[in-house]
Amino acid sequence: MSQEILQPEFSDEVFSQDVDLDEMRATERKAKRQATVRMIRYTLLKLLALIFTVAVGVYFTVLIANMGGYVDEIRRGQIRETIVLAASLDPEFRQLPESERTAIIEQRVANEEARYGLDRPFILRSFSYLADAMTLNLGFSQQLSSDSGSRLVRNIILERLPSTLVLFGTSNLLLFFISLFFGLTLSRRYGSISDKLVLGLAPTSAAPAWFYGLFLILIFAGLFSLLPFGGMVSAPPPDNPLDYSLSVLQHMILPVGAWLISGIFLTIYQWRTFFLIYASEDYVDMAKAKGLTDRMIERRYVLRPTLPNIITQFALLLITLWTGAIILETVFNWPGIGQLYFRAIGVFDIPVILANTVVYAYLLALTVFLLDFIYALVDPRVRIGGGGEKS
Amino acid sequence: MIRLRRFLTELRRYPSALAGIIIILLLLITSIVVPIMTPYSEALRLWRGGEDIWAQYPRNAWPVWYNLFVEGTLPETIVFDSSKEDGVITEQQLSEGTREILFSYEFDYQYDDFPPEMNVFTKAKYTEKQPFVEMTWYTPDGRDIRLGEFSSGPTTSFRFAQEERLQRRLERETGIDNVAANKALFDDPSQEGLQPLKGTYRIELAGLLFEEDSELETTFVSYGLVHGIAGTDHRRRDLSVALLWGTPIAMAFGLLAAIGTTVTTMGIAAVGVWYGGWLDGLIQRITEINAIIPLLPILIMVGTFYSRSIWLMLGLVILLSIFGLSIKNYRAIFLQVRELPYIDAAKAYGAGNLRIIFRYLIPRVLPLIIPSLILLIPSFVFLEASLAVLGLGDPVLPTWGKLINDANSEGALFNGFYYWILEPAGLLMLAGFGFALVGFALDRIFNPRLREL
Repeated sequence: MSQEILQPEFSDEVFSQDVDLDEMRATERKAKRQATVRMIRYTLLKLLALIFTVAVGVYFTVLIANMGGYVDEIRRGQIRETIVLAASLDPEFRQLPESERTAIIEQRVANEEARYGLDRPFILRSFSYLADAMTLNLGFSQQLSSDSGSRLVRNIILERLPSTLVLFGTSNLLLFFISLFFGLTLSRRYGSISDKLVLGLAPTSAAPAWFYGLFLILIFAGLFSLLPFGGMVSAPPPDNPLDYSLSVLQHMILPVGAWLISGIFLTIYQWRTFFLIYASEDYVDMAKAKGLTDRMIERRYVLRPTLPNIITQFALLLITLWTGAIILETVFNWPGIGQLYFRAIGVFDIPVILANTVVYAYLLALTVFLLDFIYALVDPRVRIGGGGEKS
Repeated sequence: MIRLRRFLTELRRYPSALAGIIIILLLLITSIVVPIMTPYSEALRLWRGGEDIWAQYPRNAWPVWYNLFVEGTLPETIVFDSSKEDGVITEQQLSEGTREILFSYEFDYQYDDFPPEMNVFTKAKYTEKQPFVEMTWYTPDGRDIRLGEFSSGPTTSFRFAQEERLQRRLERETGIDNVAANKALFDDPSQEGLQPLKGTYRIELAGLLFEEDSELETTFVSYGLVHGIAGTDHRRRDLSVALLWGTPIAMAFGLLAAIGTTVTTMGIAAVGVWYGGWLDGLIQRITEINAIIPLLPILIMVGTFYSRSIWLMLGLVILLSIFGLSIKNYRAIFLQVRELPYIDAAKAYGAGNLRIIFRYLIPRVLPLIIPSLILLIPSFVFLEASLAVLGLGDPVLPTWGKLINDANSEGALFNGFYYWILEPAGLLMLAGFGFALVGFALDRIFNPRLREL
């Protein structure tokens, strides 16, 4: 690592004297162009690989959902129900004799099932399910509906996605920057009382956020009635946009607090250890010997080379977030996709459960993709293309 | 042996680790003792038995030790059961075929609140004519109050809280309106407002039996506001059953899942590194796909569609974690170990591939894995609780998570039944912290790079 950082400085000085300036600029431009092409190719390849991965993951989900034939069963039931209902409302139909009526209903059901492809073998159907699931084209929910009254699964989910993003975006950005800041500070004064305190408190992260959420609700909502028990805005929601956002902020305090408590000490501890390890590298000692200021050393010789790791950590944080969201939202009654998931389980609404799983897979994939992309931007091995195995 | 002793002296430098070990030992001992003391079937009977078993427990009662934190003393449950020979029972032959059995239950009431409910249950055996029961209440200040009378069927219950006639009669006597009989009977008439009168109460149940071989058993229950060491839930179940039985389940789930995932993941990483080539590549790709499959949603789907059995969940957790991201870490370690000279030596003496993997590669890495294994345990303990909180707990077994789920769905926090959440949560936290404390200490002992930090 140290060589990679130091090399450019040396090479500039040594070679600039005897190589023609124009030629050098041309090669530089060429190198830049090549780097851009490589970046684009790298990104596209990663994107393709990820779409493939998501497809495999979603296919797996479809298989699980249909292993007991549940999806088929439900579709069949739905078809029969709608046809019988439509038939029973038809006065002409009611006059027909019993046997004829059943025959007609059976015929219509068979037609409809053929239209949905339920008569084809499962392997073929599973691929059409896969395509439907990937495009979130999962038709109508069985029980739930969106706040605007739509029963399209896609609408239900898209309506709730923003509130999840607001809550967990805020929580994670706070967690990330607070822990990074304190980790760096503690690595500077390692061995101090605050350092030992964080060390001692690190095991608190063994409990997930919803767990601390229960306690926070108990204390701040139950005992002292300072903050609301849950939800996103007070009821009825205020008309004024300013009041509205204030109310949302007030409702966010406890869930964000729970998320921070469960994550903060361990993350600070990890950052501090991480920076301590990197601060004991030879090139940092060398920089100290050169007489650089602490700030300079920190910025150039500690933070810069650890940037890829910092980004990885952030992405891993995001990944744990998506699944942690389900329960935290449930506990705090936060109207996001996590709580939707919970409610869908409660009423056995299979299209919504499936769609939610797909959305989670997408969110995870998106996180991984962003990670790879940023990696490509900051990691010289990818940018220069000299890389090889990352391990 | 020397290594073990050195390890122990090392460990002594970390008091937090010792605390963690003590917690873990306590939990493990509980996990062993509880199934021996109350076998599985007995625990299930106590937890899922039905109204027969819970009828004598109060609803939503705080644990007894709650009395230490409140002013005054809250009533405990008082039970008299004639079939267990409680109280004084006298029998008298009135005429041919007619007997009178007098059940006299006397108890000392020194509490500062009223029982939330009071019931009399009777069980009778007869062929045609039902036994007739008359009830009288004797207060410490010498009043006697006629409570009412009824004919006892095979099983009959007399619920004081629902006796409107008795309530109206008591209203006329005490002058306090709208108070259920179970409270009005304990009221001190000499004081203003509703105040319990402390002292010795007696309830007499006189049963008239009209047949020679007819029998009558009675039970009197004055329900408490506090009950047992753990309190009760909305279905009158004693929480201590679930708290105690939750321990072995949580331990088993956490340990098995942590060991299962770590061992399989490590094995796969070692195989991949040793054989290399396309196998290694395949393992890497599967890991990447697996990272995108969301674990919790899959568990939720399986729980909703198929079965909520805790063992199925355990199997799935292990299955889905086999190709977890930790494979990448192990792979990096194995890549280094593979190049060590002793592996060459093993190859030279002709050791087979599998022998090298399982006898040389894996044992070498094991000590590095132990801290992360121990740190994994609480996350699985909490995973079980998380599933239960989502309503996907095992349908049969009582677990800590299911208590929290019950409490949450019954609005325990909103209604102020804090014990209901605090008890299972406290145990979860204890388990989590115990393992985390040990894991952190071990991490610093086994990781020389961290040791000086």
